[in-house]
Amino acid sequence: MTESLLFELSAPGRVGCRLPELDVPQAALPEELLREELPLPELSEGEVVRHFTRLSQLNFSVDTGFYPLGSCTMKYNPKMHEEVARYAGFTQVHPWQDESTVQGALQLMYELQGYLAEITGLPAVSLQPVAGAHGELTGMLIIRAYHQERGDEGRSTVLVPDSAHGTNPATAAMCGYRVVTVPSDARGNIDVQELGTLMDDSVAAIMLTNPNTLGLFDEHILQVAEIVHGAGGLVYCDGANMNALLGVARPGELGTDVLHLNLHKTFSTPHGGGGPGGGGTAVTEELSAFLPLPVVSRRGQDGAGGDGVEYYLDYERPRSIGPVSGFYGNFGVMVKAYAYLRSLGAKGLREVSENAVLSANYILRGLRGYYDLPYDRSCLHECVFSGKIQAKLGVHTLDIAKRLIDLGFHPPTVYFPLIVDEALMIEPTETESLETLDRFVEAMRQIAHEAETEPEVVQGAPRNTPVSRLDEVGAARKPNLRWQE
Amino acid sequence: MSSYIPNTEGDRARILDTLGANTVEELFEAVPAEKRYPSLELPRPLSEIEVRKLLQGMAEKNADLNHHPSFLGAGSYHHFVPSVVDHIIGRGEFYTAYTPYQPEVSQGTLAAIYEFQTMVCALTGMDVANASMYDGATALAEAGLMAVRATRRHKLVTMTSVHPTHRRVLATYTQGMGVEIEEVGRAEDGSADIPHVERALDGAAAALMVQHPNFLGSMEDLARLSELAHGAGALLVASVDPVALGMLKTPGELGADIVVAEGQCLGSPPSYGGPYVGLMASRMKHLRQMPGRLVGMTTDTEGRRGFVLTLQPREQHIRREKATSNICSNEALVALAAATYLAVMGKRGLRQVAELCYHKAHYAAQQIAALPGYERLLGRFFKEFVIRTPVPPAEVNERLWKKGIIGGYELGKEYPDLGDCLLFCVTEMNNRDEIDLLVASLKEIGIGK
Repeated sequence: MTESLLFELSAPGRVGCRLPELDVPQAALPEELLREELPLPELSEGEVVRHFTRLSQLNFSVDTGFYPLGSCTMKYNPKMHEEVARYAGFTQVHPWQDESTVQGALQLMYELQGYLAEITGLPAVSLQPVAGAHGELTGMLIIRAYHQERGDEGRSTVLVPDSAHGTNPATAAMCGYRVVTVPSDARGNIDVQELGTLMDDSVAAIMLTNPNTLGLFDEHILQVAEIVHGAGGLVYCDGANMNALLGVARPGELGTDVLHLNLHKTFSTPHGGGGPGGGGTAVTEELSAFLPLPVVSRRGQDGAGGDGVEYYLDYERPRSIGPVSGFYGNFGVMVKAYAYLRSLGAKGLREVSENAVLSANYILRGLRGYYDLPYDRSCLHECVFSGKIQAKLGVHTLDIAKRLIDLGFHPPTVYFPLIVDEALMIEPTETESLETLDRFVEAMRQIAHEAETEPEVVQGAPRNTPVSRLDEVGAARKPNLRWQE
Repeated sequence: MSSYIPNTEGDRARILDTLGANTVEELFEAVPAEKRYPSLELPRPLSEIEVRKLLQGMAEKNADLNHHPSFLGAGSYHHFVPSVVDHIIGRGEFYTAYTPYQPEVSQGTLAAIYEFQTMVCALTGMDVANASMYDGATALAEAGLMAVRATRRHKLVTMTSVHPTHRRVLATYTQGMGVEIEEVGRAEDGSADIPHVERALDGAAAALMVQHPNFLGSMEDLARLSELAHGAGALLVASVDPVALGMLKTPGELGADIVVAEGQCLGSPPSYGGPYVGLMASRMKHLRQMPGRLVGMTTDTEGRRGFVLTLQPREQHIRREKATSNICSNEALVALAAATYLAVMGKRGLRQVAELCYHKAHYAAQQIAALPGYERLLGRFFKEFVIRTPVPPAEVNERLWKKGIIGGYELGKEYPDLGDCLLFCVTEMNNRDEIDLLVASLKEIGIGK
């Protein structure tokens, strides 16, 4: 990497920011409490800007190229959202301000809750979780509270399909549950036979993803819900893949009791290099009393000018699981998701999912025959191939991923889901043009050809990046986690 | 079609043709027919002009801190954010990137997080910092769980002077884990009640969890508390104010084992509660119990320096139910804002911000305490202090608001014994005129009684 670190660019005496002179009398400083050294770097403002700008240019991003990362929904992030989310009336507002002075913010949250309820078919929504896994934690604590309140204390297990995201079992464990894996059947659905065997009164819930991480809609979803409900369990749906179902199906009508959404996937808010996200969680009416504190609510009637309506934070909810974060969630992210929903409306949402699914199937069709396709049926928003044909030639999925970088694309998600060897999980989203999809398919076919004719080209990739492959084993063996002179 | 979707009708027809399908609906055949294509009741789609106007209108229904002097803190702070910060985090290469799992095309994010980790260590005096947690509240909760893993004990001792919401989030996070929480009250000066701490630290305690300066603004004696914790075989978890660390001794040198913080004060606006960022740092020996992502320095095949996500076997995507936490997405962009902020402020700037807060808060406290009927409670503080008011606090705030001032935090909600008190916060954003206006207004309110 060519760019130096801040600490190397630092020179004693430089300042990057001017602050006002002290305009009040000095108070005595508590000398014995003061630190001697503050080892932060010293740079001028322009140097800081150039440093971070250069760093930014070492990144691949949605703004610069096709990012077909499966299960991550790397769609275009509308620029308008960045602008509206920065209105002073949204950013310069303190979370403890009196409710009467933040009616616009509360109204936005209240309405967004309502839209998400309408989309998911689950009537009660909390926007407090700030990430997908945070929504999972919220949802599973709600399920735990539900069983506990009913005195149904023996439910100590959570079923998780073998195709699940790693966050699902990790979340169940954080809520004190034992995790039992449910296998998939030959068509990539949950194996209902196995489910029937595993399901009994020790099971609190199943955590499923639909469409699942193979990009497949579970063909027995109603039956799965029936089996689980029949034995007193609840159905948690990981909504990471909701980009396939907007206006197509409501999880609440498919037997789901709790679902989290990823505002940063489905609802176009940017991923930020790993956050901030939004993990809004939707539940059935029956579970609504357990939602995190506080709940954004409304009272009064619409008068002539809506004068009678007032939005407020409801803390009077004794059955709540308690708060899951410091305030009300990632409000700035909610503003962007709200803007997105107001831009699209119901028709626009359905177009999102239809085009996302068209694009994924187009890629599936384009690569079939070039890469192994373990579950050969039409997919929803993403498709999963295996690199095992190429692996036999000594070219592994990791090599294919790195070679794609040289050809101008971000790699797909690799080695996930775990039930597919050498997995390549491709999610194009609705915001890519057919020309881009064609170029991507062409690049993937070229790599398949190279694997046969000149494997070293693939194995040695990437070549056109700021760094080549990095020594990850060395990084873990002797961790260097901060800069030291 | 929406302007975000490039497919034309012709493109869709071409795709369908390639797939050998007649309609898009055929692709959704697995969805039970009776559940397919529900009609959604949502507002009609709006153009960009309309959306902006709508949101501008909603934004203007909120009173913002650009137009109102504010003395509200209590976990969210109005500090100065240099213009540079928003320009950097507004770069598409940063904010439209994913988690840096492919290091060759993510060196920008990775290097910036490595710098963030380094500066969090510098601020806190700790060995290792992670790439961020969701916010200060969840960082505290995760620190509690981390202490439980590290000590294999099941009791957490917290002070009632730790942020009330943070304590509640800790209770939420631990409710399925069989963890017992004991809360310890405060002494006369607002700091920890030491005899009670000593009693609570029995052989079952995994950690003593303390906030410094605490929720009531008071300084805690971290050195003494860490001595007590260590004496009982427990860890000291310190939740700190990163701005205060611009001048105060580091929790590292005072013996803390895990340090957490709400990092919003480092370059992010209050934003009605989020997005914020949790900081978490610890001693090297607890590294493998740490939750969340870590960036490490390494070399590439040609020996060049580079950065990668490392020690991932602690994380959910590798370890699944055996992971140290379920956290996946964190607050990377807010961490980048913090790194940019710290780089711009630098060694001198952060110290200066801390001192400005300190002096201004002390000036305000002294002026208010001198008013008839007002009294400052508790001991030494940094930027927040408790004032007993001659008029009920809610009424004080109401009357301040009539003058356009956002007053203090009403402590009675959380601390019944401080029902007649407000917690005021003063930062570098409050100039003398604002403070004098606050003082004059309080005087008037006091006399009006």
